[in-house]
Amino acid sequence: MILYVIQRIGLAILICVTSMTVLFAAIHAIPGDPAIIMLGSRATPEMRERLSREMGLDQPVPMQLVKFLTRVAEGDLGTDVWTKRSVGVIVMETLPNTLVLILTALSWAALVGIPLGCYSAIRRNSFIDKFTGVLSVGTISIPSFVVAIYALLLFSIQFGWFPVIGAGHDGDLPDQLWHLVLPSFAVGLGWVGYLARIVRASMLEVMAENHIRTARAFGLPEPKIILHYALRIAILPTVTLLALAIGGLLSSAVFAENIFARPGIGKLIVDAANLRNYPVVQGAVLVTVGLFAFAMPVADLIVAWLDPRVRSAL
Amino acid sequence: MHGWIPVSVRPSDWDMPARAGLAGAGTIGAALRHLRQDPLGMLGLVLVLLALFCALFGHWIAPDDPFKIHVTDRFQAPSLAHFMGTDNLGRDVFSRVIAGTKIALSIGGSSILIAMTLGLLLGLSAGYGPRWLDNLLLLLFDSVYSFPTVILGLTVMTLLGPSITTLMFVVVVIQTPAYARLIRTATLAAKNTEYVLAIRSLGASPARVLVVHILPNIVGPLFIIASMDIPSVIALEAGLTYLGMGIPPPAPDWGRILQEGFSSIQEAPWIVVCGGIPLILTTLGFTFLGESLRDLLDPRLRRIV
Repeated sequence: MILYVIQRIGLAILICVTSMTVLFAAIHAIPGDPAIIMLGSRATPEMRERLSREMGLDQPVPMQLVKFLTRVAEGDLGTDVWTKRSVGVIVMETLPNTLVLILTALSWAALVGIPLGCYSAIRRNSFIDKFTGVLSVGTISIPSFVVAIYALLLFSIQFGWFPVIGAGHDGDLPDQLWHLVLPSFAVGLGWVGYLARIVRASMLEVMAENHIRTARAFGLPEPKIILHYALRIAILPTVTLLALAIGGLLSSAVFAENIFARPGIGKLIVDAANLRNYPVVQGAVLVTVGLFAFAMPVADLIVAWLDPRVRSAL
Repeated sequence: MHGWIPVSVRPSDWDMPARAGLAGAGTIGAALRHLRQDPLGMLGLVLVLLALFCALFGHWIAPDDPFKIHVTDRFQAPSLAHFMGTDNLGRDVFSRVIAGTKIALSIGGSSILIAMTLGLLLGLSAGYGPRWLDNLLLLLFDSVYSFPTVILGLTVMTLLGPSITTLMFVVVVIQTPAYARLIRTATLAAKNTEYVLAIRSLGASPARVLVVHILPNIVGPLFIIASMDIPSVIALEAGLTYLGMGIPPPAPDWGRILQEGFSSIQEAPWIVVCGGIPLILTTLGFTFLGESLRDLLDPRLRRIV
């Protein structure tokens, strides 16, 4: 068990290092000096040289990579070239906003999607089941940024029910929650359908198993069979899926944050990308990749904790 | 089926019974028969055909030149002259939406084809090659996979600068690992089947085993998976363009229309409304059609899902 956890964490670290190496190699493989791209074509050679030195671009590439990785291992993500602030600090300021957005979106999606999928599986071919089927395919395929724009147009601009931009004042919790409604709606909508679908499929499979038949034969009440014996097992694939979902949710969060002008890591990356601010992009991307890479072993552990069969197999 | 397998039997003839009805000329007929009983699939087909029609013959339908600027006509609300109104430069939104279909479908389609080819090559090498190559490629696939798609796209776009080529490169980088993994698993499974062992013991070269005996078995599922990715690729492409990191202006890309419309969402809401509709209809169309066809190919799934 412990060996397995160490293996998974090792793999996560290896993935982070590899992706950073690829990213690093890409920065240097492209034609043109990053310093020129950042400063524009009107910069003087002296300015370029200074920036190159500050970013460490004048050293050999493998050397830079080793230096960068060592600094990251020490918890230093580099310095923003324009504001001279630590990238780590900038990322950590914005990350909580994004995490709150993602968790709220996921929670409401789970609260609606899981019961919907469960109900559809029990009342198969009912109206709600068919409706859920169409709804889930529909919500999965509609791009989340279109949902965000439409929600903003309808509920903020036309009806004026919700604020248009920002994340609310610090310390004012109701205001912050109010600002969270539309973005988390847009980010979570696709996941309602997705979760409903996964839970339904997995429920149908579990309901056909022997232990359910045995429970029925013993005359247990149907709600108890469904909640206690079926859903508990049927929910397991969802947990693994939720870890994979972090990537998709981060992508949707990028759009929601930009459309609703919410401070967050997605907005940070887009703003830095538009300014060609490499250190910030690099640092923020590393944090998101790390988040995603470590979510997988955590999800495996949760599944192992929930499911005795998996626990003993590890 | 255990024991001796006659080599002359094509593996695809018996290995995947689910595909038997689809091989050769019966494919389209079977698909149409299936779609007739599935209203959502039929709706998907109609939407996809509509999108294809707009992409191929859009210049016949479009009432105006999508690039033509009439500054005096800016922000005209939808009317008979301008079906979807005009944008901040007085360009006809309907004409731009129609022209955007061509961009969306051609970029989506061609980059998926490239990703499929690359994924096929890498997946076959990982599945059939030596162990170290397999491990190396898997690590590479997983590293790319651990980037959230939009963030990977933004990163590459930052590095290479926004252009159509870069955008296609992003899609290829994101999609290839998924296909390569699929092909790898299928190749590993096929590698140890008796017909492959038999043909290898007859002295067939690795290339012959891969191309003649393994490839036909795994290409079918790859096409289905890839066609189901079209909506997400179109959404990614429009999304990156929306963020200012995709196709540069003045191309009438759907993401660009939405981005330009968003800056005037208060005074001209029809631009974002009309800019989003084709995106929704196309992604829905491809998804409904893809779901329906997947059921047809894999009846086992239909029973469960």
